[in-house]
Amino acid sequence: MAEIVIKQVAKRFGGFTALHSIDLTITDQEFMVLLGASGCGKTTLLRIVAGLETPSQGEVWIGGRRVDHLPPRDRGIAMVFQNYAVFPHLTVFENIAFGLRMKKLPQQEVDGRVNRTAELMHIEQLLKRYSGQLSGGQRQRVAVARALAMEPDVILMDEPLSNLDALLRLEMRAELKGVLAASKTTTIYVTHDQVEAMSLADRIAVMHQGRIVQAASPVEVYRNPAARFVGSFIGNPPMNFIPATKTANGSWTVAGLTLPGPKSDKQTIEFAIRPEDVDAGNEGINATVRVVEPLGPHTLVTCDVEGGLFRAILESNAAVAVGDHLRLAPKPDRIRWFDPETTNAL
Amino acid sequence: MSTVAELSIAAPEARKAGNWLLVATVILLCVWVLLPIYLLIVNALSSPEQVTAFPKRFFPSFDFGSLSFFINFAGVAKALWNSVLVATLTMLLSIGFGAPAGYALSRFDFPGKETFRFLVLMTRAFPLPLLALPLAVMFIRTGLDDTAIGLALVHTTLALPFAVLITFSLFSGIPVELEEAAWTLGCTRLQAFRKVILPLALPGIAASAVFAFTISWNEVFAAAVLTIENRTLTAFLLQSLGESPLYLKFAGGAALVIPALIFIFAVRKYLFAMWGIANR
Repeated sequence: MAEIVIKQVAKRFGGFTALHSIDLTITDQEFMVLLGASGCGKTTLLRIVAGLETPSQGEVWIGGRRVDHLPPRDRGIAMVFQNYAVFPHLTVFENIAFGLRMKKLPQQEVDGRVNRTAELMHIEQLLKRYSGQLSGGQRQRVAVARALAMEPDVILMDEPLSNLDALLRLEMRAELKGVLAASKTTTIYVTHDQVEAMSLADRIAVMHQGRIVQAASPVEVYRNPAARFVGSFIGNPPMNFIPATKTANGSWTVAGLTLPGPKSDKQTIEFAIRPEDVDAGNEGINATVRVVEPLGPHTLVTCDVEGGLFRAILESNAAVAVGDHLRLAPKPDRIRWFDPETTNAL
Repeated sequence: MSTVAELSIAAPEARKAGNWLLVATVILLCVWVLLPIYLLIVNALSSPEQVTAFPKRFFPSFDFGSLSFFINFAGVAKALWNSVLVATLTMLLSIGFGAPAGYALSRFDFPGKETFRFLVLMTRAFPLPLLALPLAVMFIRTGLDDTAIGLALVHTTLALPFAVLITFSLFSGIPVELEEAAWTLGCTRLQAFRKVILPLALPGIAASAVFAFTISWNEVFAAAVLTIENRTLTAFLLQSLGESPLYLKFAGGAALVIPALIFIFAVRKYLFAMWGIANR
């Protein structure tokens, strides 16, 4: 049982604030992904949980025990690093056994656990090799096996797949998900890859400039972004945003289209819609086609709407050419509204 | 377009000339370095008569007369022992102080780090003769004069900057993640150093130690000024070979140079690393 509670954790490097008061609870056995662009503080937060970095303020609790003053070895964690950190002077066997030997487990237990995890990660034929004789993917497997062999309460992963090539990454992603679900450990996984985050996570914490903007299930984060940043960061292509002007209380004009919306004191707010949530028809937003990209399953159309870019995903058999004027009708239940000042969802 | 065409014609000739220049420079430098060593070895391995004879033989006669006379020369054995003792002490001291400093420089950010690195180099900026006289006075006052440890302390100040810089580049080359991984796997800082960093750094540390040994082995000025009874080999040779016959000088020179050459050759890889030259 290992619930992780992060209470008001902040981190300052000199004058630079890497993390502003973070509050996050990760429930037992949950797979939590910290997602954000580089420099958003996600790795710093992970390293604070690991004990490799000291928070400037705040508390970290793992399994009901306050750990922020403890060294990494006393926190019941195991970590997988981006560059694998497989010890070059030890064999694969001794790498996986390293932590078990530190725990002074009997040789029989060490052998059993190493063989079990090696089998799980499909590296049982590599046990006698050294890291220099392994490929990147194999080293990654050793690093994961070494973490799993510890049977930790919590596994922390810092962009573990980003040094692998695309095909291998896809394969390892699926495998990691299976292995970690079976191991029943709590996992924090740091990545900048939104596809990785969506496919692995029970819950995604989207981070931006040292803050958690939204922490919710992948579908929730995708469908109901809590802030404009989440909508513009997640999704490929990202959400479209168009300014909306008030016509009456609860009624807004968006690029020539009048839509019912939230009640607000403001004169202008932002209308948002995902590219796949519009249909080309006789009524809707006025759009002039600029670029047409047939992608196979669908066609990506980049349009001009009120001087801004607007991307729409249309069916691949739609007859669209550059210069065409389209009317794009947003699906009513998929429309989202944002406050332009706070950038929060309305 | 015409300039491109001209260039492409001119290029092979220019490259050829450049190659000649390169080869000539390499040969010149090799002769510059190797010829004295060659003469030293040939003469050391020749009989006393052959040393003064002319013309020279290209290959030495492998007559060990000069060398055996040198070895049995009164005081040589003691000086040799002193040299080894002082060099060993220098080696232990410079690694004992230098390696922790190199580790700290590579792993921690602390105020004044750049200044510290600069100061480490600055210690080499003072000429030894400038320091030797005040040091001699101070050593006499403290009773450190004419002792192996006193001389080793001076040699350590000479060797320490190199020990710091070599170990700094050595530790910097070991990813910090390896250490962090060890910490998460149950190690204290000390255990992680012993189980992960030390095995990886050991060959380089040994190289740095050998280099410190060689610096002490070769040093003559401080040794000549600060010792009287307990002379090291260099100081002893400087003092006694001035009046000796030529063949003895050659034997003494060879006895000094050859161990140093072998040591430096053994650790060349790490010395290149210190100066940032990739070799392999």
